[in-house]
Amino acid sequence: MAEIVPLAQAVADAVHDGDTVAMEGFTHLIPFAAGHEVIRQRRRDLTLIRMTPDVIYDQLIGAGCARKLVFSWGGNPGVGSLHRFRDAVEHGWPRPLEIEEHSHAGMANRYVAGASGLPFAVLRGYAGTGLAEVTDTIKPITCPFSGETLMAVQALNPDVAIIHAQQADRHGNVQLWGLAGVQKEAVLASRRAIVTVEEIVDELQPRPTAVVLPGWAVSYVARVPNGAHPSYASGYTERDNEYYQAWDPIARDRETFSGWLADHIYGETAVHR
Amino acid sequence: MSDGYTSDEMMTVAAARALSDGTSCFVGIGLPSAASNLARATHAPNLVLIYESGTIGAKPDRLPLSIGDGILAETADAVITVPEIFNYWLQPGRIDVGFLGAAQIDKFGNINTTIVGGDYAHPKVRLPGAGGAPEIAASSKEVIVIVRQTRRAFVERVEFITSVGFGDGPGTREKLGLRGKGPQQIITDLGILTPDPRTCEFAMTALFEGVSRDTVRERTGWDIQFAAVPEVIAPPTSHELTALRKFKASEKASE
Repeated sequence: MAEIVPLAQAVADAVHDGDTVAMEGFTHLIPFAAGHEVIRQRRRDLTLIRMTPDVIYDQLIGAGCARKLVFSWGGNPGVGSLHRFRDAVEHGWPRPLEIEEHSHAGMANRYVAGASGLPFAVLRGYAGTGLAEVTDTIKPITCPFSGETLMAVQALNPDVAIIHAQQADRHGNVQLWGLAGVQKEAVLASRRAIVTVEEIVDELQPRPTAVVLPGWAVSYVARVPNGAHPSYASGYTERDNEYYQAWDPIARDRETFSGWLADHIYGETAVHR
Repeated sequence: MSDGYTSDEMMTVAAARALSDGTSCFVGIGLPSAASNLARATHAPNLVLIYESGTIGAKPDRLPLSIGDGILAETADAVITVPEIFNYWLQPGRIDVGFLGAAQIDKFGNINTTIVGGDYAHPKVRLPGAGGAPEIAASSKEVIVIVRQTRRAFVERVEFITSVGFGDGPGTREKLGLRGKGPQQIITDLGILTPDPRTCEFAMTALFEGVSRDTVRERTGWDIQFAAVPEVIAPPTSHELTALRKFKASEKASE
């Protein structure tokens, strides 16, 4: 059964140096507050997994938390490059970053395999692309029924999944709705899961498009209102588009970025949850 | 470009016109989103917009700021998860048109959005990567690419194949088992390129009004061929321009 705890405790208990961590939320419900807490607790040598390592992973990579990144699209949506990610890949700052690169379809299927307890997933994908050559977790496989060549991708089974949702009840049952991304698969593929929520309610009311995660499939629930900011939680908050644009000049320069970390994550004025 | 509209506006209008009413269109991030929303606002009200964020039949009345804009989910016929959109909708060949952008594209329509310069392990410029594009390019019934035509973007061979067009040329798609027809049009700010059915090499088969062959050659990194008589594309109508400019404020915010 999920324990309802403060975010700092959930991260301290569930995320360890060297862990493989998947923070999911596809363009919506991105667990920014939890990511910031991981930076604040100065976790190191993490293998970070995320389909779209956008601004939150730019911050984690720039802060030196990551040894390796597993991903399928690394950009600042609607704005441009992730400068901290690029600096790590192109110049090894603040430390070299190993990468394992896939397509969205491949990553989604890797989570599905992980959630299903299978060692790999099969898809029509990657044929003829450079990704099939540079990524070891993509291999051709022959269909035992038709003889057709398809592609296998290795399952993802992270140590920890971290997601943000709209609601949990007092037993730690979680409900999220709107664009649901790949969060259910990420949670079920992982050994432990932290869910931050906008609100803890007495009883969950059924919603269209809702994904419900029973409390016994989740390790920790933490109440963090606006915990997806600058991403959003449909029905609660709006996406802060200006933040994504303002991030570009901050991330462009190592010193400006370090100043941002000092002020907004480590500093006394930083918002502690 | 002629008075009254920009070459970018012409490009977006031409791309919108390429989408017929009633077809299903898997919409990539950026320029494709602007063009497909313009199509829906003008000649193709029943165009089915599908975004990889999990929305089928999104009907936004303004330009979405990103593929995760809440307006897509709020107006969609169905909101589904990411594994479903790729496995149940794209992979079996249900999508008519895959609509992609590109950082770099070559004469066989292969797309690179991974690295430029250096090698994979030590790139000079690290681009965002694949996203949904490789499978959109593989499994959509056909692909349309929209990209500004520059010497840097239009190269003889891409440095890294992120998404396959015609690979090495004729027969490659069949050999790889790719089921869709591949890229059928590249729409740029100068005109439209289509593949030669025999060689699979893209040639300039339509030009926007006032665009010369010399300009096209200057802005293409391979020895580009032209149709004997390239079609001249009609300028945007006032209806198209008005609709496009209504989107402009939100488009600006997304760039």
